[in-house]
Amino acid sequence: MSALLELEHLSVTFETPQGPVHAVQDVSLTIEGGSIVGLVGESGCGKSTLGRAILRLLPENATVAGSVRFAGRDVLALSPKEIRDLRGRNLAMIFQDPMTRLNPLMRIRDHFIETIRAHNPAVKSGQALERAKKVLADVRVPSDRLGMYPHELSGGMRQRVMIALCLLFKPALLIADEPTTALDVILEAQILQLLQSIMHEYSMSVLLITHNLGLVAEFSDRVAVMYAGRIAEEGATPPLFREPRHPYTQGLLRSVIDLETTSLYSVPGEPPSLLGETAGCPFYPRCDKRMAVCETVYPEPRLVGEDHRKVACHLY
Amino acid sequence: MAGWFARGRTSLVGRLIGTFLGQSRTIAGILVWIGLGVVLTILVLALLAPFIAPFDPNTKVASPELPPGGAFLMGTDRGGQDVLSRIIWGSRVPLAIIAVSTTISLALGLPLGLVSGFAGGRMDRGILLVMDSIYAFPGLLLAIAIAAVIGRGILNISFAIAVVYIPTYFRVIRNHVTSVKQEPYVEAAVALGMPRRRVIGRYILPNVAQSIPVIFSVNAADAVLTEAGLAVLGLGLPPGIPDWGFDISLNWQRFDVSWWATFFPGLFILILTTALTFVGEGLNDILNPLLRKREYKAGAQA
Amino acid sequence: MPGSTASLRAYVITRVILMVPMLVLLLTFTFIILRVAPGDPVSTIYGERGNPQVIDRIKTELGLYDPLYVQFFRYLRDVFTGNMGTSILTQRPVIDEITSRMPATIELTFSSMLVASVLGIGLGTFAGTRRDRLPDFATRLYGALAYNIPIFWFGLILKLIFAVWLGWLPVSGRFSPRLSPPPTVTGLYTIDSLLAGNLPAFVDAVAHLVLPSLTLGIVLSGFFVRITRVNVIHAMGSDYVEAARARGIPERSVFFRHGLKNALVPVITTMGLTFALLFSGAILTETVFSFEGMGRFVFLAISYRDYPAIQGAVVYYGILMVVISLGIDILNAFVDPRIRY
Repeated sequence: MSALLELEHLSVTFETPQGPVHAVQDVSLTIEGGSIVGLVGESGCGKSTLGRAILRLLPENATVAGSVRFAGRDVLALSPKEIRDLRGRNLAMIFQDPMTRLNPLMRIRDHFIETIRAHNPAVKSGQALERAKKVLADVRVPSDRLGMYPHELSGGMRQRVMIALCLLFKPALLIADEPTTALDVILEAQILQLLQSIMHEYSMSVLLITHNLGLVAEFSDRVAVMYAGRIAEEGATPPLFREPRHPYTQGLLRSVIDLETTSLYSVPGEPPSLLGETAGCPFYPRCDKRMAVCETVYPEPRLVGEDHRKVACHLY
Repeated sequence: MAGWFARGRTSLVGRLIGTFLGQSRTIAGILVWIGLGVVLTILVLALLAPFIAPFDPNTKVASPELPPGGAFLMGTDRGGQDVLSRIIWGSRVPLAIIAVSTTISLALGLPLGLVSGFAGGRMDRGILLVMDSIYAFPGLLLAIAIAAVIGRGILNISFAIAVVYIPTYFRVIRNHVTSVKQEPYVEAAVALGMPRRRVIGRYILPNVAQSIPVIFSVNAADAVLTEAGLAVLGLGLPPGIPDWGFDISLNWQRFDVSWWATFFPGLFILILTTALTFVGEGLNDILNPLLRKREYKAGAQA
Repeated sequence: MPGSTASLRAYVITRVILMVPMLVLLLTFTFIILRVAPGDPVSTIYGERGNPQVIDRIKTELGLYDPLYVQFFRYLRDVFTGNMGTSILTQRPVIDEITSRMPATIELTFSSMLVASVLGIGLGTFAGTRRDRLPDFATRLYGALAYNIPIFWFGLILKLIFAVWLGWLPVSGRFSPRLSPPPTVTGLYTIDSLLAGNLPAFVDAVAHLVLPSLTLGIVLSGFFVRITRVNVIHAMGSDYVEAARARGIPERSVFFRHGLKNALVPVITTMGLTFALLFSGAILTETVFSFEGMGRFVFLAISYRDYPAIQGAVVYYGILMVVISLGIDILNAFVDPRIRY
């Protein structure tokens, strides 16, 4: 399959009164058609910013450098009208907290009509509702919910509605930013299984942004581990989990509870500030395998081993 | 990296200092500085009135209604008194009213808000009802009623104004307390059996204190305007005390002839109240960055 | 909306019932302030030199020598039976005084609110969508100045410029003496002149309203600018606005349907509070423009300790507040489905 989304040297910087914040630095990542890519990292590592940068949803104080190519088009060069047309039609996004993502003053029905008409003004509201019912059935939401207001739905229902709103135009890529973090464990499994089955039905790729390693291990084909705005390690899921190379990935995997020893490991220290310029490896202060070179020289990611793994570490 | 605002429990003074060091070049910081500068200038005018004012404010020094110019920079009023001198002396009244009335409002509103917010339940609802009734009533009318009953004088007028603004302090503090009360560290302290008074003193008061400067500066401006309104209606201070609002009431009937005698006192009221609002708005932006948080959050952890 | 009419009705009834204790409280407060404090109306009016026997007789007639609680219950009974007594100052029934002045206040209140909300919401939206840029600062400055301007002084300036110097608008009053006022139907000159088909009278009534309502409206717009700006910023930064953009909704719809509409909900809520500001400002505005409305009446009544008149005015304001806050609540429930349940 060809590359659906290609990020090359993507960087995002926020201007703040305290100075520039480098939320994403020099990230290159490829998503193939029909695959699920997991993007994991601690909160504050820049993973959500990366997701928004792809859709150009960042606030005005953000500057984006590098390139985003979606289905061969340069997303960063699109006109406002073109990017608007892309959003929701070819590229869709769902968010962490479904409770606040629907307009509280609008019925569910109107969210659908509005979205369909935004891309296809000629559609009558009757036709739009028929389409809404179809996608709602696909995400297993009874169609009587259409007449309700968001506050009348549960969190799981709202996230399903959000997903249905994304499916209206059968997008090629869905960016799911912590889609289940606000939901309980049972709902989490349901929503992810739903996503997985829909993905096949709609032949759609998913960029799953999460801090939950378990989800990534279970659902994604490839994984990118992000640390302090950069990608530390990236590769196919099974080998990466079997044999993590980057010391940060190793630490992360160790911090998942080991059922045999029931001891809980955590990576010592805290993630660095993204404020201002940094030299060297961002993980250096917390790394248990650090070397002198790590403090001054940033390790460019390179291919390691046979499984096309990219690792940004001086050890390799 | 989220900066000073993320540290929830630093002391107010520490925050203010940190803020001015970090924020003095942002808009909010500049607003605070301009506002403080103007207020301090007026304070200096008030304190040094005997030395600065060119004439005695209560003496006829020239013919009435002389236009601005010459020895009388702002002209003379109907009584032949120097408008500028009266303005300089008159700056004492609003400042005194601010000091006294906000102290009274705070002294009553703060404990009521603390108790009401912390106790909750029936008592909270009772106090809330009383406060809301006062709040819903037109403030100037209430002040007129009280002033009409207790008579003239700085203390009396300040008291009348103070009553009007107790609910504002009460509201803000009560709402702040109810939200702070649910913070885990406060719940923990209560669960561990710490006496109420100490919980309020140790955990709640320091948190709530940060909203006081903001209410203060907003209320100070309102107090000045209310005093001016009372004075214009003839319910202000006894004659003989120069006061901006009183001067307007003396001269406004002749506004079309000698506009300066009314215009300048009013202008000074506007300058003082706007400066106070600048301080309040700036402090609010700095201490209550709720609105700003989002952006920084995006920059900080997205 | 299934079931919502019933819940809306229940909601309205609850709100009305809740207003009764507030009204009683207000009445009690007025009673205490006016009766317990030193000074009485009869002495205030007749002065120290009045005949003590006459003063005594009038005081007995008014029941001022009865025990306080008797006075209090009589006062409550009168209020609830609509018997507001006779104004000591004007010797006319209080209810007549109020009904003759109410239309002026209603006209002034309504037109000022119109000026304030159009200016305030317009400018606040303008500023909120251009956050931290020059138009935003200019508008915020306008808001601060408008809110802080001494209203009496501002009215004088407008009057001097537009009525005295330029002569575009009348200096004071509600209606030109040279025209005959329209037959009274509602008491509102603007409405009555239209009902009578008397266009010159309508123009004259509106012309008299322009300056007072601009004065009051501009001052009040300072409040609206602030609150609208904050809420527009808040709504435009909300999660559902981001989600709408992510769905490819055109920016125009994002702004009107998601941003502005949601921003106006809290603006409506606070509108109720601005009426307190409005009535305070009305007293001063009515004084500048000799606009004989309720504000002037209450002020005079308080100054002369005209108890029956004050009572009547308090009841009037109390009822007005009840009606306004009820109206605002219903409007809110109508706009925001979350409140209805």
